[in-house]
Amino acid sequence: MTDTTTTGVGTSRVKRGLAEMLKGGVIMDVVTADQAKIAEDAGAVAVMALERVPADIRSQGGVARMSDPDLIAGIVEAVSIPVMAKARIGHFVEAQVLQSLGVDYIDESEVLSPADYANHIDKWQFTVPFVCGATNLGEALRRITEGAAMIRSKGEAGTGDVSEATRHMRQIAGEIAALAAKKPDELYVAAKELQAPYELVAEVAAAGKLPVVLFTAGGVATPADAAMMMQLGADGVFVGSGIFKSGDPAKRAAAIVKATTFFDDPAVIAEASRGLGEAMVGINVADVPAPHRLAERGW
Amino acid sequence: MVAGPTVGVLALQGDFREHLAVLAELGAKGVPVRRESELDQVHGLIIPGGESTVMDKLSRAFGLAEPLKRRIGDGLPVYGTCAGLIFLADTVLDAIEGQQTLGGLDVAVRRNAFGNQLDSFETDLDVDGFDGPPVHAAFIRAPVVEEVGERATAIAALDDGRVVAVRQGNLMGTSFHPEITGELRFHRAFLDAVAAA
Repeated sequence: MTDTTTTGVGTSRVKRGLAEMLKGGVIMDVVTADQAKIAEDAGAVAVMALERVPADIRSQGGVARMSDPDLIAGIVEAVSIPVMAKARIGHFVEAQVLQSLGVDYIDESEVLSPADYANHIDKWQFTVPFVCGATNLGEALRRITEGAAMIRSKGEAGTGDVSEATRHMRQIAGEIAALAAKKPDELYVAAKELQAPYELVAEVAAAGKLPVVLFTAGGVATPADAAMMMQLGADGVFVGSGIFKSGDPAKRAAAIVKATTFFDDPAVIAEASRGLGEAMVGINVADVPAPHRLAERGW
Repeated sequence: MVAGPTVGVLALQGDFREHLAVLAELGAKGVPVRRESELDQVHGLIIPGGESTVMDKLSRAFGLAEPLKRRIGDGLPVYGTCAGLIFLADTVLDAIEGQQTLGGLDVAVRRNAFGNQLDSFETDLDVDGFDGPPVHAAFIRAPVVEEVGERATAIAALDDGRVVAVRQGNLMGTSFHPEITGELRFHRAFLDAVAAA
């Protein structure tokens, strides 16, 4: 796939390409410009602007929405690394606003309250690229069909419990492997079962991977959590509440960055894990009643 | 078994896999480099796209920055794309506080020179010394070379004159990413430099 004719801004290549440049890195949730600076100084490849970290959304309840534009503009002003911001699922006007504010990526996120229970945003209509969550391959392919230029496994945000992130990464990797093992004449039914377009399904089967970058998210709280996600095949890691809900955010952030780069070196991960202070207080996903599980938002 | 020199790709963060894939396509032996012991094995090095601030921090935290500077000073051929160009530049404009580079390329490079991701773009470029069609180039939150020092030579510029590719002896840097557009000529030219070094 070497298109050498398309020129201009907002092309699939530059949208997907920015995600390629973030690989091997850590994207950190921040709610203020000060936190964004701490994240940048600790080695974040990008920051995610939102009004409350998922752990607070979970504990405080209520409708969670796009952040105040002042806050996002302040974060864009404060750092030189890419700034992402969250819009509600299906809320295409929040996305228009975020694009107008000059963010580098929009996360159409289940962490916020969905604005449309039937449709996601038509992401092809935007110059800014989108990242979307997925719990399985079919969901990932439907988001890519809608124009997502990056996928993150959902995990269960705001828990500090990495088990759902593990499950979703294994699910997506397993389904890709199964698809790649299929005969060409089996891909038509595979497309039906994945509820995704045949052409995209055939592309994934041939390549043995998604056509976009796959990060992981939801419950990552320690350097070892991040390294495990990388060993499971993630291209990089989103850390939400895990950093700024911990005892020493700057130190923990830098440690998670190191463990993500040296994810296959236990000695480095051990060294990075020393003396980090308190990790975020977690919630076991099993204790979260099903209606309060964020990963089930989106379809 | 691939004969010939070993080319490292700095694998601290960024699109190093794409560079390794291009090297494989050209029949060269590419290896990821994250440690000094790995750097010692290579005859040339590619610094990929990514975040220059992150590569800077990690290379210093893991004791790789000084050996890298030493090898560059000793004439190691190095090719940097985007963040890699920034990391090779003697001077960085719009750096974050405390940001350092390896240096070597006698240029001043401005980070995010085009603005944010909304301004990322693809275009065609003529490159000095390349035969065939123009280079199709992807600029992603890309830097530009704002000042080309005496020792460096500009080899490509945008229509408005802004320099986006430079060479200086065994060093080469581009603002854009040949590794994601199927463009092989930069890597070929780099491999020629490695073979000649």
